[in-house]
Amino acid sequence: MLLISCPNCGARDETEFHYGGQAHVPYPENPDELTDREWAEFLFYRDNTRGSFAERWLHSTGCRQWFNMLRDTVTYDIQAVYPMGAPQPTVDPDPDDEYGTASVAADSTTTGSSGPSISGTDLGPVDASTAPKGATK
Amino acid sequence: MARTTAHATQDNDLSRRTSPAAPLAEAFEAGSVAGVAELREEPFLTMVGLRVKRGTEVGERIAAVTGGLPEGSGGVSGNEGTSVLWLGPTEFLVVAPMEAHEALGGDLIRSLLDALGDGEGQVVDLSANRTTFELTGSRARAVLEKGCSLDLHPRVFGVGTAFSTEIGQIPVILWKTGEESYRIFPRASFADFLGRWLLDAMREYASPEVP
Repeated sequence: MLLISCPNCGARDETEFHYGGQAHVPYPENPDELTDREWAEFLFYRDNTRGSFAERWLHSTGCRQWFNMLRDTVTYDIQAVYPMGAPQPTVDPDPDDEYGTASVAADSTTTGSSGPSISGTDLGPVDASTAPKGATK
Repeated sequence: MARTTAHATQDNDLSRRTSPAAPLAEAFEAGSVAGVAELREEPFLTMVGLRVKRGTEVGERIAAVTGGLPEGSGGVSGNEGTSVLWLGPTEFLVVAPMEAHEALGGDLIRSLLDALGDGEGQVVDLSANRTTFELTGSRARAVLEKGCSLDLHPRVFGVGTAFSTEIGQIPVILWKTGEESYRIFPRASFADFLGRWLLDAMREYASPEVP
């Protein structure tokens, strides 16, 4: 259960809220001039970000107001809550919260003794250290 | 402005109306434990939905009728008999006794409409939207805590605060009217479920305490 801090009401249970999808998707200035493809992309195509993601939420059983939230889609860490219409705040990446980048390091599968040895298999850069930090929280 | 509220007539037959939790009235009586956890329905209270900005000219006019508009989450203001509960930054619920309704000769809604005038906002008669449960007793808080995730400890949830939240997964407004008394406003169609849910939550307090 997420504990979400509504800007009006304070921390409440996730069940009091409704999810409103990706934030900062502007309505096209001239919808008539869009091709079908562009219109479809406006309507249905959304980012599927791994990591920090700006999204809209509605406190539906509380103050019934919309707000924006910056949430980490891996750790569920809520990084910022800000009003509708405000620009997306920048959040300094915390080096302790790094995840998913170990697999691109050249030595991620060849050094370290914590994970099971997978040398000899050809599964690519798989390593126990790529499991997201806090995923089991 | 269209007015859809009932008009005062000479032959209002009050005995013909049924409150949402009326079928549970006997069960409420049987399930209540005096002084420990008592539940009853307080039906037909006058409720008015307000949409108005605080601090504006219209807001001030309406606040003069209701005895102020609460400032933020949890706030309740009001004068004798009339209370205003904060629901949102521009949304309030006026709760007044049954007699305040114009069908019974009251003038609350009329005076709120007059205060609104043609200003920006709304005054809507919502008396039939929700019913009112009164839960009192030394264990009332323990009953609510079984299904409400708010912190109901007195240091956080004081007398004279009201929050819109969930009890037993039902969206309600929960108003603490006294140290051991709460008013719960479920929507009419949820009254039966919530009434039974509360009865179930109260049942253990009818038994002798296990040492």
